[in-house]
Amino acid sequence: MVNATMTSEFQKHFPLKENRVHEVCGPSAVSFACAVAGQARGTALWVRTAWQTDQINPLGFNHYFDPHDLIIAKGKDETEVLATAEETLRSGAVTLAIIELTKPIGLTVGRRLQLAAKTGGTIGLCIIQDGMGSNAAETRWHCAPLFDATDSTLQRWKLIKNKSGTFKTWDIRWDAETRRIIVVSKTGQ
Amino acid sequence: MQKRVVSLWFPRLASDRFLRAWPIDAPFALIERQNNTERLYCLNQLATNEGLHVGMGYADARAFCPNLQTRPVDIEGDQRFLHTLVKWAKRYCPWVGIEGVDGLVLNVTGSVHLYQNEVTFLNDIHWRIERAGISVRSGMADTRGAAWAIAHYGKGIATEGQSLNAIGALPIAALRLDSKTCISLQRLGIRKILDLTALPRSTITRRFGAVVLLRLDQALGAQPEDISPIEDPPRYQARLNLPDPIGLEADVLAGTERLLTQLCDRLKQQEVGARVLSLNLRRVDRGTQQIELRLACPMRDPARILPLFTRGIGGIDAGFGIDQLRLIATQVERLATKQISHTTGKTNGHLDDLITRIGNRIGLENVQRLLPADSHIPEHSFTIAPVAYSEADGSWGRDRERPIQLFNPERIQGTGSIPPKSIRWRRMYFTVGHITGPERIAPEWWLPDENWQSGVRDYWKVETNEGRRLWMFYTPQNPSWFVHGEFP
Repeated sequence: MVNATMTSEFQKHFPLKENRVHEVCGPSAVSFACAVAGQARGTALWVRTAWQTDQINPLGFNHYFDPHDLIIAKGKDETEVLATAEETLRSGAVTLAIIELTKPIGLTVGRRLQLAAKTGGTIGLCIIQDGMGSNAAETRWHCAPLFDATDSTLQRWKLIKNKSGTFKTWDIRWDAETRRIIVVSKTGQ
Repeated sequence: MQKRVVSLWFPRLASDRFLRAWPIDAPFALIERQNNTERLYCLNQLATNEGLHVGMGYADARAFCPNLQTRPVDIEGDQRFLHTLVKWAKRYCPWVGIEGVDGLVLNVTGSVHLYQNEVTFLNDIHWRIERAGISVRSGMADTRGAAWAIAHYGKGIATEGQSLNAIGALPIAALRLDSKTCISLQRLGIRKILDLTALPRSTITRRFGAVVLLRLDQALGAQPEDISPIEDPPRYQARLNLPDPIGLEADVLAGTERLLTQLCDRLKQQEVGARVLSLNLRRVDRGTQQIELRLACPMRDPARILPLFTRGIGGIDAGFGIDQLRLIATQVERLATKQISHTTGKTNGHLDDLITRIGNRIGLENVQRLLPADSHIPEHSFTIAPVAYSEADGSWGRDRERPIQLFNPERIQGTGSIPPKSIRWRRMYFTVGHITGPERIAPEWWLPDENWQSGVRDYWKVETNEGRRLWMFYTPQNPSWFVHGEFP
């Protein structure tokens, strides 16, 4: 029963609100982005700067979503990344734009992204460094893996900024078979 | 109107072409390598005067003529040159075909009167080609076969209806027969074409097959023979000259739209799509501004291409005004006409346009997709390809659990073949909670890879009590520990 209410509470937030830009930080931000892409069901465009050497591995995220649905755009610097992101959000040709940011963005930039997302009807998701969020974001999530001897997909997702609601924390795990997020009840902890 | 055909033969095409660029005043020959010997392929007049001939061994030729100059032959270059001559010959008639490797055939029906008469017509051809330093022989007749015979073995013009009179005295080799048939005919005492026409037709066919009579009939006009003209390659460009210079962005866009419509019509006729478009704007002060548009997929829809030009046109400095617009499709690809149906989604087109727009900002090669590759090396198990030049296909293997992120291997402290109990990585301290492994991956010895020089790797999934799940490996041949990736 507890679990059911938590799930419904989670579902109010989790398929991220459309036409808005959200933010995610923490060590599991990349897998959060992949989970969002899996929920969005459509082409996703991932924008990042070319000098970032960490490589997302398609064989690692193909149980979240089909790697063929991903397009990666590599900008020369932060300006190109933001310009590309804005263009992508406004065009509405993709369902999700994932933007990897290395520097904090100002309120103006954040607002521009929000307006572009609204015009195009696209979800934007900025992967940011801890504590570098922009005030324009709709929600901000902090995602970190949790140790569990029996389950190696357990994560703790914290909603740390929410323009239309309260903060909340969920422990979730990923069910690779059904490609679904399962909210784990906290009883017993 | 009687059909009239001109056959041109360039007996020294290859050497003439070479000597046009590098004149040599000495016996000269081009050499072709056949199997293991070098043979003369084409000679100039001086070399022929020395007694050399085509097909002679190079060593023999040097013995006959010690001062012989030689170069290797470039057969493809000769063919390109012949196509240039085709283009040139279109000044005489639109119907120009290629005859063998060193000849042209022109259907000049109806264009002779532009040069008064046939003699002046041929003289004009000779004068122009020989002025360019190429030796030529020509023949004019009612049929392709007769014109060929005169060009190769005779001289002059066969007047209308007089083909047999003109070629009757020529040897039978003038009928374009192979040498074996020619020799057997000569053994029977048939040396001239007239001798052949005197024989009863049925006996010829019985003895030599149908080809001899076919060639004879083609030469005399009893059998038709076509000339396949070489078409000019299509040119995809459009131009707009303006009486008064323009400078407003909207005006330039309107001009571009007009050009795009013209160009796209032409693309549609040829069933191709533009891949790279270049818009050249000439200003009144003769400065040129160029906008290059690289498209993510071949396209020929003006309504879709025009908005993609907007950004480029916005960045143009019009100066005192622009008075000429030129639009060129510098790269085209085949694009067949497609049936529109309910299954062809609209979103695909939007996506291509988006990739074009992004690509023109950050470079089309920087918009990439991941494709599966056949390798068990983690970093080689996928390839990165530009979206514009690749198709998303292939299936992703799901046999083993792989990390979601891969790093360049980062060395950490540790000894022994079992993961250490505590790990210091990226200035963070972890204690190990649970380990899975090892999975041994051997390097691909057939592909040299610097990163894999330390030999085989034993991979472990290490779950730390702090939460992070790392993908680490140990290299037993060169004992040390590395972190290579991270699980979600």
